Order: sequence, then C-alpha cells, then structure tokens
Amino acid sequence: MDLQHSDFIVFMGSNMAECHPVGFKWPMKAKAKGATLVHVDPRFTRTSAMCDLYVPIRSGTDIAFLGGLANYILSNDKYFKDYVVNFTNAPTLINAGFKDTEDNDGFFSGWDAAKKTYDRATWQYQRNAPPPAPAPTGTAEQHEGQEPAPKPVAGQSVKGVNWGTEIAKLLPTFPKEDRTLQDPQTVFQILKRHYARYTPEMVEKICGTPKDLFLKVADIITSNSGPDKTGAFVYAVGWTQHTYGVQLIRTAGIVQLLLGNIGRPGGGIMALRGHASIQGSTDIASLYNLHPGYLNTPSANTTHDTLKNYILTETQPTSFWSNTPAYVISQLKAWFGANATVDNDYGYDWLPKITADHSHLPVFVEMMDGKIKGMILTGQNPATSINAGFTRKAMRNLDWLIVRDFYETESAAFWKAPDVDDSSAIKTEVILMPAAHVAEKDGTMTQTQRTLQWHDKAADPPGDSRGDLWFWWHLGLRLKERYASSTATRDLGIKNMTLDYDPEPADVANWRIKDEPAAKKVLWEINGFNYAKDWKDRTLLSTFTLLKDDGTTAAGAWIYTGVTPDKNTNRAAMTSGKNDGWVSPNWGWAWPANRHQLYNRASADPAGNPWSDRKKYTYWDATAKTWKNVAGDSIDFTATKAPDTKPNPTGIGVAFQSGSDPFILKTDGKGWLFAPVGLSDGPLPTHYEPWESPVNNALYKQDRNPVTKVWDVAGNKYNTFAGTDFPIVISTYRLTEHHLSGVMTRWLPWLAELMPELFIEMSPELATEKGIKNGDWVKVSTSRSAATARALVTRRLRPFNLGGKTVHQVGMPFHWGYMGIAVGDVTNNTSALVADPNVSIHEGKAFTCNIEKATGPSDFLQRARKVPV
Amino acid sequence: MTATQKGMFVDTSICTGCKACQVACKEWNQLPMEDQEAVHLGNAFLADSYDNTGHLSATNWRHVKFMEQFSDDRRTQSRWLMMSDSCKHCVDAGCLEVCPTGALFRTDFGAVDIHNDVCIGCRYCVGACPFGVISFNDKFDGTTGGPHMVKGTVNKCVLCSDRVANGLGTACAKACPTSSITFGNLDDLKRLAASRIQALHARGQTDAYVYGWDLKAEGYDRPSDGAQDLKVVGGLNVFYLLLDKPGVYGLPAHDPGLPQKNILPNAGGALLMAGVLGIAGVASFRKRRMDAAAPAAVE
Repeated sequence: MDLQHSDFIVFMGSNMAECHPVGFKWPMKAKAKGATLVHVDPRFTRTSAMCDLYVPIRSGTDIAFLGGLANYILSNDKYFKDYVVNFTNAPTLINAGFKDTEDNDGFFSGWDAAKKTYDRATWQYQRNAPPPAPAPTGTAEQHEGQEPAPKPVAGQSVKGVNWGTEIAKLLPTFPKEDRTLQDPQTVFQILKRHYARYTPEMVEKICGTPKDLFLKVADIITSNSGPDKTGAFVYAVGWTQHTYGVQLIRTAGIVQLLLGNIGRPGGGIMALRGHASIQGSTDIASLYNLHPGYLNTPSANTTHDTLKNYILTETQPTSFWSNTPAYVISQLKAWFGANATVDNDYGYDWLPKITADHSHLPVFVEMMDGKIKGMILTGQNPATSINAGFTRKAMRNLDWLIVRDFYETESAAFWKAPDVDDSSAIKTEVILMPAAHVAEKDGTMTQTQRTLQWHDKAADPPGDSRGDLWFWWHLGLRLKERYASSTATRDLGIKNMTLDYDPEPADVANWRIKDEPAAKKVLWEINGFNYAKDWKDRTLLSTFTLLKDDGTTAAGAWIYTGVTPDKNTNRAAMTSGKNDGWVSPNWGWAWPANRHQLYNRASADPAGNPWSDRKKYTYWDATAKTWKNVAGDSIDFTATKAPDTKPNPTGIGVAFQSGSDPFILKTDGKGWLFAPVGLSDGPLPTHYEPWESPVNNALYKQDRNPVTKVWDVAGNKYNTFAGTDFPIVISTYRLTEHHLSGVMTRWLPWLAELMPELFIEMSPELATEKGIKNGDWVKVSTSRSAATARALVTRRLRPFNLGGKTVHQVGMPFHWGYMGIAVGDVTNNTSALVADPNVSIHEGKAFTCNIEKATGPSDFLQRARKVPV
Repeated sequence: MTATQKGMFVDTSICTGCKACQVACKEWNQLPMEDQEAVHLGNAFLADSYDNTGHLSATNWRHVKFMEQFSDDRRTQSRWLMMSDSCKHCVDAGCLEVCPTGALFRTDFGAVDIHNDVCIGCRYCVGACPFGVISFNDKFDGTTGGPHMVKGTVNKCVLCSDRVANGLGTACAKACPTSSITFGNLDDLKRLAASRIQALHARGQTDAYVYGWDLKAEGYDRPSDGAQDLKVVGGLNVFYLLLDKPGVYGLPAHDPGLPQKNILPNAGGALLMAGVLGIAGVASFRKRRMDAAAPAAVE
C-alpha cells in the first residue's frame, strides 16, 4: 500500500500485475502520481505492459544486474552519504583475514572443500579490545564474532535463572568503525572492490541486457532517491527460486541501503507473498525449522539440549531479540498451559527436535528411500510440484496418505496418474477428506503487507466438508485420548498440550456443524494473555512488551500480540479506517504492533529530523521528547529514546545501540550491507550461474554457488552444465487466470476456459530455428523427463546476446495436471530437485531444456483427457 | 439524456488484462462456460496472445482483447495493448431499432436490456449491431446455462440492470483491480475521461483519445493536440480510452450510424438467406458487416 508513495518502482523477479493483480492498484496509483515504473524480466508480461520501461534479462542473472547497479551507485558517488555512514554497517571494519570472491576465484575465505561449507570466522567485525577490568565474561570468539556460542552443560534448569545476568555475560565490545569510509577493511571499501567488475558492459555480457537499458534503470533509481525522493523494489518468487535466491534479495537490500530507501515512506523492498496467507503460514509457522514468531525449532545439531541453552543460543544480546526468553517461555506456556512449570522447564523437553533439513525437497528424497510412511496434505499438491515424476514415484512408498482439499487433486489421484501402468501394485491407502472454503469458516489471513484480516463464517460447508482448523483440533483431541494411558516419554508432548478451543454454544447456535472449534480462541492464544487456567479468568495482552519470562504470560506468537488487545476487540476484523491517510493504520492490523513501515526510525536523519518535508514520516519531537509519526503508523523504535542517546557498552538489547541506530533487530542496529552471520554461502552476494545454465560464469572459474543443495539420486539427473544437449534457458511461472497447481482454478469453469491449455512461450527467432509455428505442439525435455505443450510464439520473448553467443529463453506456466476440467501435461515433470543452501527453495525459475516440434499431445496427456470430468 | 444516465468508462491505458471483469460478469450473471468439452479435450486454445475466449457471445458478455505490438528489434515498437470489451449501450442502438417485438428495451438508466421471454429469435439485432456484440443462443437453457439463458433467444451485457436498479455498480467495474472499468453517471465518467486524457497527454502519451464521445464537443476540457476523440452512433454509454486506432481494437473506425441506413436494403436478402441456410446465413451476413468495417480498421 505504501507503494503508492514511491517515486520509482522496479519490479524484478515479480510479475505483479498478473500474480498480485489486486495489490497492483497501488503501483498504478503511484504511476498516476508521476512515479516511474520499470519491469526487469526475461519475458514481456502484463506487468511490463503497465510499466514505463521494460528491460529484458536472462533468467537467473539478477545478482549481476543488481551488483551492476551497486557498482554504478558506488563508482559515480550516487549513494546517500548521510544515510549510508550513519545507518548502515558501511564504516564497520571486517576481520583482516577476510578474502573476497574477487581475490579467491569465486570463493570467500573460510571455504572447506571437503565439507563444502564455509567457516565464517574471517567474515566477522573487528571489535574494540575489552576494557582491562573487570573483563566481561565470554569467549574470545564472541568478541571477534557475533554469534554467542555457549557451551552446553547437561542438566541445567531455568529455575532461578536471571536472564538479564546471563545475557549480560554474552555482551561483546563495540565493532570498530571508520566513518570516513577510507580504511580498506571497511565494509564500504570491500563492497566497492567486490562490485568493481560489475560494469554495464559486464551486465550486458552476463544478463543479455542492452547496456543502454541498464544505464536507464541506473539513472531512474538514482535520480529518484535521496532526501526528497524514495523508491521501491518489488519481488516475488522470481527472485527466491534460485540456488542463490537469498543472496539475490540481499543484493537488492544493498542497493536500497546505498540509496537510503529502507525504513522510509515509498521505499523498501516489497516481498510479494503468496495467496492468501503464505505470510501467515510463515508467521504461524508451517516451515519445519521455525516455531511461530520466527523462533528457531529446537535442533539436535546445536546447543539446544536444554531450555536454558536453547534460549542462550537463540538470544541476541545486543538487539531487540534480547527479549527472546519472554517470547520462548510464553510460547511454551501457550502450548502446555498449567502443565508447563518452571520445574519442568515449561515442557521444553517434550518438543521434538529436528535432526537435519526436513524441507520439501529432501522429504520426498527420503520418501523415495522408504523412510517416510505417511503424509497429510492440506492445501498442497506435490504430485505436480518440482520433479513431479520423482515426487509421484516417491509417494508410492507411502503406507497412507491423507489429502484435505476441494477436489480429487493430482496428489489424491497420484496412484492412477497417466504414467502408472498398474495401479494395483501401489499399496498406499489414500484418504480424501473434503475441505471447507474460506467463506465456510472463521479465521484470519495475513497478507503480503503483514496485515491480518479476519473473515467470518458465512455458511456451513456442505456435507462432510470441514475447515482445516476443525480437522487439526479433532485430530489433536483424538490423539490425546489415544495416548492418555501412555507412559512413554515421547508422548508427553501430546499428553500435555492444551487444546481448549471449545466453541461457545452461542457461536455455533445457528450452524449445522456444532463441533467447529472457536477460531477466535486460537487467535486469542496466539495473541497472548495473562496466564490463568480458564478462559474466563484470562485477560488478553495488548503488546509484546508485556510478555514475561516467568510463566505468568502465555502467547503463541509474540509478533501477533496486540491483534486482540481485549476479548471484545479484534483489530484484524476492523475495516473502519479504509483509505485513512498514508497507510490506513485502522484497516486490519499489521504485525508487529500495527507497524506498517518497518525500521521507520530511518525516515528521520541521525538527529531525528525528517530527511525532507516531502518524505516526512517518523521524527523526533524535541519538545515532547518522543518520537512521532505523521501517518499514525507505530514507531519502530523505543518511543522516548532520544536521537543523541549514546550506546551503552553494558546495556542489554537495544540499550547497547545508540539513538541513531534504526535497525533494532540487527545486533549492531545497522542495515547490513555486509552480513557477517546468517548466511551459509557468503557475506556478500556474488554472481553465480544457475545450477543448470548454458554458459559458464563470466566472472570466475567457480561457475555455481559452491554451497548449493544437490540431490544426486536416481530420477533426478541434472543437465550437463554449459552443455549442448539442453541449450535453452527455461523459467516456470504463474498466470493471472490460474492459481499454483490449479486446484482452485482448473476445476472452475469460468477460469478453466480463460486459460484452457498448457503452453510454452518462445520467440519467433527460436521457433523459426526449430521449425515450430504458433499453436503447434512442442515437446520440452530435460534429463528428468518431458512435457508437451502448445507453442505461443511471441515477440514478448527474445533471444539474448551474451558477448556474441546467442542464448534462447522459453517460459512455461506450471498450473496444469491430469485431473479437473482443464487438463495438461505437468510442467514440473521437467524440473529438478536442487536448492538454495540457506532456505532450501528450488530453482524453478532458471534451468535448462531442449524443445522440438511434436506431432501431438504426449501419451500422458492423451490418457488424462480420457478421464471424464 | 437525463442526469440518471449510467454507463461505464473503460480506460484501456490501465487495463492489466487480468480478466477479473470476465469472471465477475459470469459469476454475477451465472453465465455458463462456453464449451467445457472443448476445454477438457484440448480444443479451446486459440494461440492468440492471452485470449482464449475469442469473442463476445451469448455466454461471454465481456471479453478482454490482447494486441501485441512489437517490431522485430522490440525497440522501435514494444507494446501489449489490452481492452475489456462489452456491449456499448449505444445512444442510437441498432439492435433496439430493429427489434420487432420490444424484447430489447431501454432501461431507466440508459442501458439496453433484454426480455428473453419476448424475444422470438429473429436475430435482426445480431446483424444490426455494428460491434458484433449481441449473439444468438441455441445451446443453453435455464437448467444448463443459468437464469439468463433461454434457448433460441439473444443475449448480451445488460449493464447489470438488477445491480444498478438496487444502487450497485456493475460486477465488472466492482471487480476491476486498477479501476480501468469505472461505473457511474455518464457526465461524471466523461469528466473522468477528460482528466485521464489530460494526464496522459501531459506524460507525453498523446495517442490517447476517447472512443464513443467527442469530449471537446461535449464541453469538457481536454487538449486539442494529439489523437482526436471519436463520437459514434450518437454516443456510447460504455465508452473507451484507446491508445491506437479503433481498428486495432476491432472497432469501426468511422461512425457506422444508425443501422436502418445499412440494414434496410439488405434485410430482405438476409431474411431469405436465413430461411434457406439458417444460422449460416446470418453468420455470413454478420461477417459481411464485420468485413465492411475491417478496411477502415487497418488504415
């Protein structure tokens, strides 16, 4: 929504007009007000059609493009100096042993070739020597680095622990700085050297982007940034789905920090999340490695053996995360209620610990190995997902599969997929349970602006259909019943969990279904309350600063505390403030603390004054001695902490940071141009080719991200790197007319007819080379498998000229499958299991293939068409 | 015309081609999918940019057109035009003029609506529409196609007359995420259109003009230079902001005028052919009219 105030918007890795069409109204408002809109993408899409400038780029080369922008900004002195010096870690000195990829042929210092991992010791800040006496306790590594590494001591209890004292022991000294930015070990100078080779000519050679268009983008973003102007980058899965997706987004972070566009109105990097509650499902928390509120899942591979060690490992002593003890203990209290006491470490030991990467791709590799016996799918259709042929084969090893969905999806029907010759040989017991639609249940969705929106149930779902909340609640209740007499330690979590979401009789009086749990109680529990055994005695909490680390408060996810400040107020259901000012603060509720613009202290200069009248947002009122905001947004800073507050070397959390350190969740309060911790593949983003690419890396001998997660298993063969068999770059994507694997759209007549058939978009140049005409059948093949699709020959795609070598790019939407009204070959039969090392996302946006003219649809598709709707 | 005249302004310069209007139209009016079997069996893909419904019809009351304009080098010209099309609810409506039974009628809000129970299926209106909008339904009845479908009668957009009578705007305008389709009072819409022309011309987009009304002649303030507005058939209650010649969007480049001028000399022949050849006759008749518009379209 804040995009309406941008002076430039660069859509890159996003097809916002097609994939987020409703939110696209805000960029269109910005355009009407005079903003310049740019789309950088391999394809000219419906987003490009709305922009002032379309800029072509070869899939997977965005770091080179954005690194080129960083180089342009740095080498032409176009950075926002006051912002960069004061608000970023540009002046910070990095360990003298740090070696850059530029000096190390594509590797950072610390590379362990045998383990294929980095040791991050040389990536750390230089720090001041500790005062002579009394010396703070803690290891030398803590002074050098920022990762506290407490040694595990078995049998520690949290009883009697003073967290303040414990955390104080972990405090490091201040990082060393050179605010003139001249020291060669400053982040600024390292950054400058790192991107020096990312010239417009190099961008053209790697990305295939004509130099003049690249320079146009550079001019648009630099001339529309500064004290008086701001702009935004907008991305979606076009940036994430790469083997260096996290680094790619970080490159944009570097560009925006250099331009001073973070924490300011109309600025930022807009991460477009999926529909409708992908943001919510990350918050409350469907990822295996996260508990609700972005607390890490306890792991068997780190010092998480006891609650005390878990908390001390996870708590950052010098950032807002110093409050972690209160968040963790309140969460355990929410889950285990009266059963969680200080004497049993609030039930921490009942939680399962992760032992490895249990994300989507490796789970299916393990399933193929027969290690996984059962699976419950809610709103997932993996049978058409990455390397779909592999996935469907893996599913044959399941003893049981529960699918909760609206229709018999490809996953529910995997055992009778068109490539199954003998379905009687598949022994999986499949249970398809009809799911309720959104209007048939109460609940919230958290959308892409972190805004929670409540929806009321409007009708009972038909027949046996039930909401997911109903399913999980009743499953939990039945498991508790089943394990009630168990004495096994492993069952204690089930025995002790609280599930007190019983509906109030009045809530269900008018509905046919009487045993639907009370969604509002779930939200209240997530929000948090002063602990009492029964709901009638529980008072809800209005903000997360009220959370305690002594078991007297309970909260499922600290970031949501305040959405229901009392039992009669549901701020997620409020729409009264529609269009009231800059960010409509009274329309829904944005976590945390209804904060719409994160890190908004950065919208004022170090002294607390607005950078300009035009971009006035959060500012220091010296008379009232408090921070204020012109748009009614909540202040992302300690409300009364004066701008000239000095950092306190013995202060815990934000007290360790100064009054001009806006980035309160970072350990030094700075925006990180250079990331000493948090990433497994380097402190700076650097250009690597996709795992499958037709060309070698133009910068280094090291072609690809060395830390990439690969699965060298049968059925997942990779195309030869820079080989000739699969010379064409392919990207997969979505269309407006369909949603993901199509379960919500291909069964709907009105949507099915709008995009009835899988197609492949290609340039006329490639089509001519291959003898393909518009509308022809085309076979698309990789080392995994093949799919057939109809040709859509269009000049919206174009060949790329990479330093004299022509590389063709094609694109295929991935919505189709073998069930439903609109059926089609499965695009993802062609893609590979390969992933980003930090977050395990696949690389569906850039791999290689070959295409040839086909005589008709594949046997697979012909069989699918024979199944009546 | 009174102040209660309602209509729609379709600003194609901000149409993202999302087709939400098409879906909202079908949802509100409970219109059927045109051909489910063709979709399932793979016979519905048109290979025509992102358009797979192809035309306005008795079941498609809205249709988004896609026009790709790219030079070989993609630099000289690089543009993807989109336009959401529907019945224009013409001031001088040919369909209304030729309807022998009064099945087609003018509503209080200025729209052209249909009494399907009065329609005798003569299809005069099909030939009389200069835009190829109104269409004959010989496939669906109320059971298979929803409440608007009476087999053997004609159908088209009715400007959501049920919604409008209850103070709501049209379903398509309600669903449009970028306000490319705006529903409202005709004079308000003309004022909005004039302000959009001004804004676009100020940005250098001087090829923007209004199709349906001559805003300057209507007394609205819009720049004199650049592309000129075009008034057709006495004015269109659903009118457009276009960025290229009408023919590019499949619209007549010149005012086709009232249909009597064209249709009367041909009516006898058309009826005779219809009698002999049935639908094929009408189809070819309609095609002649479309062909007649075509040369003008590519000028």
